[in-house]
Amino acid sequence: MPEKKILIKEEIREIQGFKGLEKALSMSPDDVISEIKASGLRGRGGAGFPCGMKWELAQKAPEEEKYLICNADEGEVGTFKDRYLLQKNPFLLLEGMIIAAYAIGASIAYIYLRDEYHYLVQDLKKAIEQCRIKGYLKNLEIEIQEGAGAYICGEESALMNSIEGKRGESRFKPPFPPQKGLFQKPTIINNVETLSNVPLIIEKGAKWYSAMGTSESKGTKLFCVTGDVKNPGVYEMEMGSKLQELLDLAGAGNVKWVQVGGSTGAVIPFGMLQKPLCYETVLGSGAVMVFDATRDVVDFVYRTLEFLNEESCGKCTPCREGTEVMVEILGRMVNGEGVQEDIDNLQDLSDTMIRAALCGLGQAAPTPVLDTLAYFRKDYEDRISQSVFLRSLKTING
Amino acid sequence: MEKLLNMIKSEQNQNGYVSEDAMNHIAQDLELPLGHVYGVTTFYSFLSTEPLGRHVIRICKSVPCFLQNGETVAASLQKNLGIAPGETTADGRFTFLLTNCIGACDKAPAMLVDDVVYGNLTPERIKTILQSHD
Repeated sequence: MPEKKILIKEEIREIQGFKGLEKALSMSPDDVISEIKASGLRGRGGAGFPCGMKWELAQKAPEEEKYLICNADEGEVGTFKDRYLLQKNPFLLLEGMIIAAYAIGASIAYIYLRDEYHYLVQDLKKAIEQCRIKGYLKNLEIEIQEGAGAYICGEESALMNSIEGKRGESRFKPPFPPQKGLFQKPTIINNVETLSNVPLIIEKGAKWYSAMGTSESKGTKLFCVTGDVKNPGVYEMEMGSKLQELLDLAGAGNVKWVQVGGSTGAVIPFGMLQKPLCYETVLGSGAVMVFDATRDVVDFVYRTLEFLNEESCGKCTPCREGTEVMVEILGRMVNGEGVQEDIDNLQDLSDTMIRAALCGLGQAAPTPVLDTLAYFRKDYEDRISQSVFLRSLKTING
Repeated sequence: MEKLLNMIKSEQNQNGYVSEDAMNHIAQDLELPLGHVYGVTTFYSFLSTEPLGRHVIRICKSVPCFLQNGETVAASLQKNLGIAPGETTADGRFTFLLTNCIGACDKAPAMLVDDVVYGNLTPERIKTILQSHD
């Protein structure tokens, strides 16, 4: 089991008796936000927006009513660190949420939990109840809203639509959630891991926290290693640690490529494994999928796009149709029916989707396509020449 | 309107699916167009407008499970159940679905039977797991 694989800075994840919260309550909300800003904490869900800045935007919004949402809709392929945090230490998250709500002035908070994690609900409810009994929830109501099976609801605007009882489709931005979010009120949405970082930043101080990591990426990050490794699981690393270091810990060998950040994450070929893991280079959700030399690049990209096509909410045309056509082209290649124009068409489509898709799903869906075209173009070309060969055989055999 | 998703979910949990009647009732209760209720119901993969079996098997087909022979396990599941993905057994015991990442990749290949995760699956284990559900 992965429970023992938190390898460095284990003390960070211990229950600290809500010392962070007690300290936060002795500070003004402004000071709490300043501390989070100074720590350099950025969103751990994938987008990496500076957390303190987000809080400040919501806090300064003129409306009286504000919401806090914890995004526990961990749907990114190969990601399970939030599940791990929820299972191992829900109190750390709850403490972080109470601090965040105090800082921005929210009296209602939601935890949006994916339906696939329904088995976590009872323990989470018990943990909330314990916080209430201990008097930590006098000024805050925490509600759990369970999802119903939709990857896109991990996107913040789709998530808010889902809580509001609508289809989980992305919204046009702006307005951004800190101005107009849930029920059109200022809203802060933070990932489980982001909020779980908050109590220790407050307790031990921004200086302590920002001493870890790189110039743009502070603290530590949880990585979920899967695929061709001996020891899949959750690993905590200091920001800026090398990908190779993580792969060694997990027991990877004969690596052909690694996808970092989930289905829309960057593809790192074997020659570039010394890359540091941080916002400046690659990070995403923290999913690290490892593929050894026996794996086929086109097959992998086909499966990935099939996933994104199924999970596209369908609201905007570039994503809905773009992922559809990509699946068609890649499916053709996988089945030995590729044609010469396929590579150019994939590139054209990617260009349109990046520019025109409404949200992160469609904008980032071409990433694995473009990255593999850049590093493994020959694999695509081979597929096409094999297709041409297969067709010529058919012609001969008539 | 914010009650809608939970009302549909509780219908799904109680009756195993969301019937047209149920959607009509919910629409009237919340004074929403039926089309809105239908739109929300059909958006989410864990909600169904058709009756499902007593147990719903959702086996993961995403990349991390695929890399750990997920396809072989899914094939063995299909063989044991005698039905294709998307179908329900004639006795109404199981519905068999392929699903996207369920966040159990450290135990790949994995599946959900109702809301319980089974990980590190092998074709051999499938039989035992099926037998433990009536």
